[in-house]
Formats: sequence, structure tokens, C-alpha cells
Amino acid sequence: MASKLHISVSPHIRSSITTQRIMLDVVLSLLPATLAGCILFGWNALAVVGVCVLTAVLSECIFNLIIKKEQTIGDLSAVVTGLLLALNLPANIPLWQAAVGAIFAIVVVKCLFGGIGCNLVNPAITARVFMLIAFGTMAKAAFPVGMDAVSGATPLTELAQEKTVPLMDLFLGNTGGAIGETCALALLIGGVYLLIRRVISWHIPVAFIGTVFVFSLLLEGFDFTAALSWVLSGGLLIGAFFMATDYVTSPATSLGKLIFGFGAGIITVLIRFYGNYPEGVSFGILMMNILNPYIEIWAPRKLFGGKRV
Amino acid sequence: MAFRLKGAHVPHRKRTATLSAVRMSVPETVTLPMVMHIGAPATPVVKAGDAVYVGTLIAQQNGVVSSPVHASVSGTVSAVGEILLSTGKTAPAVTITSDGQMTADPAITPPTVTDRDSLIAALKKSGIVGLGGAGFPTYVKLGADKPLDIEELVINGAECEPYITSDSVTMVDRAEDIAFAIDTLTAHLNIGKVIIGIEKNKPQAIAAMKQLAKKNDKIQVCVLPSLYPQGGEKVLVYHTTGKVIPAGKLPIDVGCVVCNSTTMATIGQFLKTGMPLVEKCITVDGSAVKEPKNVIAPIGTSLKDVFEFCGGFTAEPEKVLYGGPMMGISVPDLDAPVLKNTNAVLALNAKDAKAPKTTACIKCGSCANHCPMGINPVTIAKALRHEDWETLEEAGTMLCMECGCCAFVCPAKRPIVQNNKLAKAALRAANAKEAK
Repeated sequence: MASKLHISVSPHIRSSITTQRIMLDVVLSLLPATLAGCILFGWNALAVVGVCVLTAVLSECIFNLIIKKEQTIGDLSAVVTGLLLALNLPANIPLWQAAVGAIFAIVVVKCLFGGIGCNLVNPAITARVFMLIAFGTMAKAAFPVGMDAVSGATPLTELAQEKTVPLMDLFLGNTGGAIGETCALALLIGGVYLLIRRVISWHIPVAFIGTVFVFSLLLEGFDFTAALSWVLSGGLLIGAFFMATDYVTSPATSLGKLIFGFGAGIITVLIRFYGNYPEGVSFGILMMNILNPYIEIWAPRKLFGGKRV
Repeated sequence: MAFRLKGAHVPHRKRTATLSAVRMSVPETVTLPMVMHIGAPATPVVKAGDAVYVGTLIAQQNGVVSSPVHASVSGTVSAVGEILLSTGKTAPAVTITSDGQMTADPAITPPTVTDRDSLIAALKKSGIVGLGGAGFPTYVKLGADKPLDIEELVINGAECEPYITSDSVTMVDRAEDIAFAIDTLTAHLNIGKVIIGIEKNKPQAIAAMKQLAKKNDKIQVCVLPSLYPQGGEKVLVYHTTGKVIPAGKLPIDVGCVVCNSTTMATIGQFLKTGMPLVEKCITVDGSAVKEPKNVIAPIGTSLKDVFEFCGGFTAEPEKVLYGGPMMGISVPDLDAPVLKNTNAVLALNAKDAKAPKTTACIKCGSCANHCPMGINPVTIAKALRHEDWETLEEAGTMLCMECGCCAFVCPAKRPIVQNNKLAKAALRAANAKEAK
């Protein structure tokens, strides 16, 4: 008989979770920070976001067309990379520089290594570091609209010079810095959303932020306000919740995630207190991205019933 | 218990949960494959033209790990031929044309069971095999060659697969048969206690089994969380007894024997009546089925007849399964017969049969984080690509029971179970080569 039945290996049902849905959740979780950035830094911020997202998606699209690969922009990962990069840039950055950063993130860091799932390091973080070195991006970071200064020292520089920054300003984002990194409140809302949606687990953010807090506390002689300022300043929150938790470049086991977060935290503190750059979050994450394959070896899974004898 | 094994929250879809099993109309023909169990195929002892009754031996067992086959309808043997199994292999098969009478073989009498040996000998002739899954001959499991020290007899009533309710309905409808089986087994075998494990989404079955526990203090009912794959042998033994079955070992190596609840009911019925395994309660469901039911079907009935008894199809079925959607086997056509270990047949419509689009792995770790055995399928996939046998071994490839949690949760919809099956086969082949 002419059979028309499908034959396939089990399972024959799948959950509703898709890569696209996960990426959409990440985009949604970044909307509060994006909104806060646009309110704080004005139209410039929106322009940077637009340029980065569009350039990221377009460069992935064109790259796929050139190498005749199946189109992947539908998975929204390029949107996430573009948005994350924009939120890591100051609002006063020339738009052409923002576009170069997005192209670098997508083409060099992601596509040339094989596209989604194959990159060794986080595209947005790597592009931020690239731009920091190439353009000195963060040196003249914009201040929120309405503040006296147009650009100048970010809270991290102030803290390093042992000045104090009001905690409430740090919490609401009323300080200089990148578009999406200053408003701690918006970042926490997004982070909690990702935790509730189970897109990320608590391990990396808690280990990362906890390590920075504890070591800042020690180095500041148990000054809680100062330690809290270090946590709320710079790119720590956006890095810990949204960039260090990137699946591709972080470990999948709980222990591995704790090691990853701890390592990134230590490097961040070392650079912030003793390094040449005011900010160490990007370097911390980047370094741990590189060490990730080793962390997976250090923190293996426990098999039920052991290996076959 | 220190911790619970991981798993996946699969949809339940148990629409037939409260539907008692109904006996289907007598099919015109039945085709009984000689391979419905693990082990050597049975050898047919009938030829075309022979008259048979329900329960007449039509094929004898072949070696220790094997099982006899009995006629499931009365009538005439019309052919002793071959059948294509869902594994892709062929096996001898006996086709019987029914006379519509369902006359029981007059020679059948209840077995005389007085001790261990007579019990095992009776079960050997019953054709009863593990009815929940693999179809391992029950008499072998209970100690064919030597008495076993069974600390716990674990009765598997977990029924964690979506759709399937035949086990829970059997526990409700045939609690007396199960009780009789437990009483006889505990009387003649060395069994410490009997633990019945049931997922908590089956309140009627739990109540029915708790009634049994009231009358017999050897029996305990263990209510398990509804988390797939609760009914996996290693998972069930761990969650009911706390014992860890080491890799490559069997439950008996830790003093446990696991029997499916329907197997127990069948043992009970056989011990009472002497009627061997000739019919099976199966759940008939799926998006393409008009009237989902629990059906008692003669073994060997074609799926076509079974679906017809359930009102036919609402839409042309695109995929038909033996078993549930998590571990079920898709069949090539509707001529496939009901087997001894068939607990459900599902017909899926075009929407449910559509294969999801596979995208790139994003290394989210979800597969590994839902694996009850703690395996990381990503490691296996990479090691298989590199033919790195040592890593495959280290990664616990052979621990994979193909439960499908990994593939179920995978956001990239990757064929993880398929890949693990390939890895297991490749590793087995590589080890065999090395052994030479």
C-alpha cells in the first residue's frame, strides 16, 4: 500500500521554547534600560540604538547572502547584539563609529566564526572593547540631558579619585556613562524579567556582582556606601545580567557559572582598582569567555550511576 | 532522598484518564509477529489451515530469553509468513482469520502454583513480558535460573508519557488482579516489600492502590511528582527506593525488580484463569482520532481496525505511533499490529506530525540541565563528530535511555535523541572492534 505516514525518531512533541523566543525575551528585558537611556540622554541615544540594531541586522543579512548561507536574522540574535552594543556606547558617539562597532561585532566576532552558537567570545562585549581601544569611546562619555557638564568623568573615574557620587543618582542613572548602563533600576527590572522567564539562572549575576561587592568592600576598608557605589557604577549590572550570561560563551553547569561569575568579578575589581582603564567589566567577561572551554572541564557534570564499567 | 533527578514538564493530555477500557469488536484477522519481546524470536508451531482457539500456543519460545506466542482469536491460521517490524527488520508472523466466536481453548486451566519453581514454570508458559516498555520476558526477570533476593519489587504505575492512561485505568479497573499477583509473587518469591510508584496526576489509581496497601503491609504506595521520565526504570528505582543503579547494571544488581502495573494485572489474571497473554489494554488517542478510548484489543489486531473501532479519523493521520509522543515509535503504515508491549497507539494530524525546523545550537545547556542521567548531549555530539571514543565513553553516552527530555526542551529543535542513538551505536561498534 502506498504509505504516506511520517517516520521519525522520538520525541514526537517539542516544547514551545525556541531560540527566537529566547532572543525576544532578551530584547524585551533590555527595553527598560533602552527607555531609561533615551530619557536620560535624549534623541542621540535613540539614534545610536537605531544605528547599531539596523547595522547589526543588515551586516548579518548581507554576510549570509554573500556566503550563500541560510538567512538567520529571524532568530533575533543580531537584534540582541546590536541593542546590547548600543547600550554599551555613550550617546555622544559619532554614529559612523557605532556602525563600525556593530559591523565588527557581527561580522568579525560572530559570522566569521560560524554564526550563532559558534562565536568564542561575546560579540557585543568584544566590540565594546575594540571600540574602547580604537576610538577611546568611553573617555568623553556623555552626561544626561540637563546636567551642567556635557561630557566628562564617569562615576568610575570619580570613585577612583576617591570622590563620592550620590547613590540615588547611580540607582536612577543620573550620571555619565553608556546609554544603557547608568540606570541600575531599569537593568534590575530587566534582569528580574530574565530570571522569571528562566532565560538565565541566578548563578552568574550573583557570583559576578557579589564578588565585585565583597572585594570592593575589602579594598574600601568596609565602607558600604563606597562598595555599593562600585556595584552600581559602570557596566557591572548590564554586564552581569545581560552579557556574561550569554549562553554561547558561558558555562552551562551551575558550578561553572559560579566560577565564571567569580572570575569576571575578580578581573573587574583588579582593573578598576589597579588597572589603567577605569572600567574592567568588559575585560572581565572577555577573559572568562576565553577561559570558558576550560571552566567546562573544571566543572564537569555528575553522571547518574557513574560511567560504564 | 538527597535530590531528585531532573526531567521535563511535558504536557499531560490524558483525555482518556477516566475512561474504563472497552473491549473492541472482534477483528477479521490478526497478525502476530514472533518478535514482541527482547530475545530470540519464537518458533511457530502451527501451519496454514490449523484451527486455533483463544489461548492456543502458536509459537514456542526459543532459548532462555524468549517468549511463547498464543492465538488471540479463535479461527484458522491463514498464513505463516513475514512481517516488517517498526525497527525496520522483518520477523516471522502468524496470521489468523477469526471465526468471530472468540472461543477459549478448552485445554486452558488455571496453573497449579505451589512453590517458586511451579510459579516460574507457569509464568514461562504464559507468554507474559514487560508490558510497559521493552518486553523483557517476565519469568526471566523474576529469576528463571536461580532464586533472587528481591529487596523491593517496584511496580511501575508512573505512566509519565503524555496521552497514555492504559496503566492507570488498569490499576483502577483491575486492582484485584494486581493484588492477586502481588500475593502470589510475595508468597513464593523472596520479596522484601512491594512499592507501587505512581505520578501524582493519577488520583484514582493512587486511591485504588492505597486500598491494596491497607490489606497487605508489604505494599507501599509511593506518590511521585509528575515529572517526565518518572517511569524510566533507573529514575523510578531511585525515587522509590533511593538506590542508584550503576551504569551498565540492572535493577536486580541493587536488589530491585521493576514490573509494570499492567504486567502485574496480566500476571494476576493468568494465575486466576490460566489464559495466557492474548489481549492488551491500549490507549487510542492523538489529534487525528475521532473518539479517544481505552481499548482492550486482541494482540495482533491491525492499528487500522483499532482506529476504526474508535470512530476513525478526524483528519488524515500523518504520523502514527506505538506508545507515547516522548519515546513512541512511528510506524510506516496502519497494517502494523498491536504488540504485547503496546500500551498506546496515537494518530497525529498534520500539525502535530510536522517536524520542527532545526536551527544552530546556542549552547544554552538546557538539554544537559534536563537530563535525568546528567549527560551533556553537546559533548556527545562533538565527540561523535570527531570519532573520539574515549570522550564518548567518559561523557556517559551509554547511560542515555533516549527519554527525549533533551530534544523536548531544546530551543534549537535539534535531533538530539537521534544523535545520541547514533553515538551509542558507533561507540558499541568501536568497542566491539577494539575487543577483537
